[in-house]
Amino acid sequence: MIQLKDINKIYDDGFQALENINLTLEEGKINVLIGPSGCGKTTTMKLLNRLTEYTDGEILVDGESIQDLNPIEIRRKMGYVIQNIGLFPHMSIYDNVATVPKLLKWDKRKIKQKVHDLLHMVNLDPETYKGRYPSELSGGQQQRIGVIRALAAEPSTILMDEPFSALDPISREQLQDELVRLQEEINKTIVFVTHDMDEAIKIADQIILMKDGHIVQKGTPHDILANPANDFVKEFLGEDRLGSTLPSTSTFVNYNYPTITTDQTTNEAIEQMTSEQIDQLPVLDGDNRLQGMVQLYDLFRQQDQLIEAVMMNTNQHISEETETNQLVDIFTQKKEKYLPYVAKDGKFIGMIEQQQVFNSLQEFYRSKRGGQ
Amino acid sequence: MNFLTELSQYMMENSSELFALTIEHILMVAYGIGLALLVGVPMGIIAARFEKLAPFIISITNILQLIPSLAMLAILMLYLGLGFETMVVGLFLYSLLPIVRNTYVGIKEVDPSIMEAGKGSGMTTFQLLRKVQLPLSIPFLMAGLRVASVIAIAVACIGPYIGAEGLGKEIISGISLQSEVKIYAGAIPATILAIIADLCLGGIEKKTKKRIA
Ligand SMILES: Nc1ncnc2c1ncn2[C@@H]1O[C@H](COP(=O)(O)OP(=O)(O)O)[C@@H](O)[C@H]1O
Ligand SMILES: [Mg+2]
Repeated sequence: MIQLKDINKIYDDGFQALENINLTLEEGKINVLIGPSGCGKTTTMKLLNRLTEYTDGEILVDGESIQDLNPIEIRRKMGYVIQNIGLFPHMSIYDNVATVPKLLKWDKRKIKQKVHDLLHMVNLDPETYKGRYPSELSGGQQQRIGVIRALAAEPSTILMDEPFSALDPISREQLQDELVRLQEEINKTIVFVTHDMDEAIKIADQIILMKDGHIVQKGTPHDILANPANDFVKEFLGEDRLGSTLPSTSTFVNYNYPTITTDQTTNEAIEQMTSEQIDQLPVLDGDNRLQGMVQLYDLFRQQDQLIEAVMMNTNQHISEETETNQLVDIFTQKKEKYLPYVAKDGKFIGMIEQQQVFNSLQEFYRSKRGGQ
Repeated sequence: MNFLTELSQYMMENSSELFALTIEHILMVAYGIGLALLVGVPMGIIAARFEKLAPFIISITNILQLIPSLAMLAILMLYLGLGFETMVVGLFLYSLLPIVRNTYVGIKEVDPSIMEAGKGSGMTTFQLLRKVQLPLSIPFLMAGLRVASVIAIAVACIGPYIGAEGLGKEIISGISLQSEVKIYAGAIPATILAIIADLCLGGIEKKTKKRIA
């Protein structure tokens, strides 16, 4: 685990690039640093392998201050994929991938085995590619080599600075998928810098959103989609883009959610909820219009009564005209797990579950191809 | 008699003498440039590593090259006496600038992102130099070597004035004897040497550049 505590970074020219950064980078997770260009993502990342030194604060790696560790050793233990790939043009692919194992003086056979395994892992045939030079590879292939070079010495932490930003959308998409798959396989702590929200939502376990040297918000993609901290975050999430391409609201509706009518009894409602294992029911009138809601725990104290007498009148609902991108806002404001979905004429259609909205949105980003 | 037949006859008759002079010419140049590499590459590295020293180092080598060759050799002769070694020292001083400057530029020109990749992989300063900066500056060094060789082959022709032999011997004695044949017999091999050096080192330069680009 890597912890940054009250980190400030002032460059030699007096520019304060980071202010009061407090951050825990989770073990075995993909931590994504995101924010507009110049917000301090690269600076934050370079503090971790001491390519840059912080001005004050403390960085702990597994409880030990990195000031007490040898920078050369830290770098050999942390894989690093730099912003512009940075393959060594005068070295073969084999030698590029073997860079850190060679510095660590691994046994030759072990290095060979490792390089072959890694090339296989990213679907490049070792016999074909190991003797080639970087200039003989496509951009996507070079990027893969950049990634596996960082993995070669089996580091526990991998730093990746906009590793896919220079790629065409299709290669980028492929490499994102590969990274997620790889992460499940090798379970490293990954620190990943990007300025692409689609990418962040797709791959992140934790998103750290930065602006002007500050952390604006951090959390799971779900947290951030569910509770954008302010307008900056919302803007960064891109409401317009969400609205135009997202699946329609109706895809989130559970049409089979049980209902009850005003003239039924509380006992019937309790029975229905316990058998369906839910804790609330929408109440409808004879015309299928939404009248209110009943909660399981309220009803226990009010047995043998008519629903009409005990229900909470509610106007909390999502109307048929609501856009998908507004759903996140609505759920955020109302703090409800479920909300009824109602047609223009007031007739009940079904229920929408908050969890499902967020899951679907995340799924949508994960599966979206060619995101910009 | 036709001039060309006369020339070829002369060259044939004196072929072993001319061959020996050519070898000596090549040796002077090779020793001079070898020394310049030995001294100049570290100087170039130091200039690149300690940016404050760079202007100082570069201007010294620059001034060395601005001294007219005959004057430089004459001054050297005052201290080192006549002979082969004096010529080698002269050629060494002459070759220093292209080698120091090109080593310096070659190291400075290495793409910063490649340097960062090396540093970020945990290379020490020395490993960075040996594994990244020097190999990547080879095309520049080759270019410097090429310039240095062509200049050195030319400068070596005035060797006989300071007691060193080489192809200059034929040319200079040709001047004093007013023998066109002798002048050409020295000038042609010297020119061919320069052309070969230019082509070969140019070829190597191109090859190393291609791999790296
Ligand atoms: N060596 C430096 N000296 C002075 N300012 C710098 C230096 N490196 C970066 N900066 C500044 O710090 C800010 C953050 O840079 P960086 O971390 O590279 O941003 P990001 O990676 O988020 O685009 C930028 O405004 C940049 O100009
Ligand atoms: Mg950056």
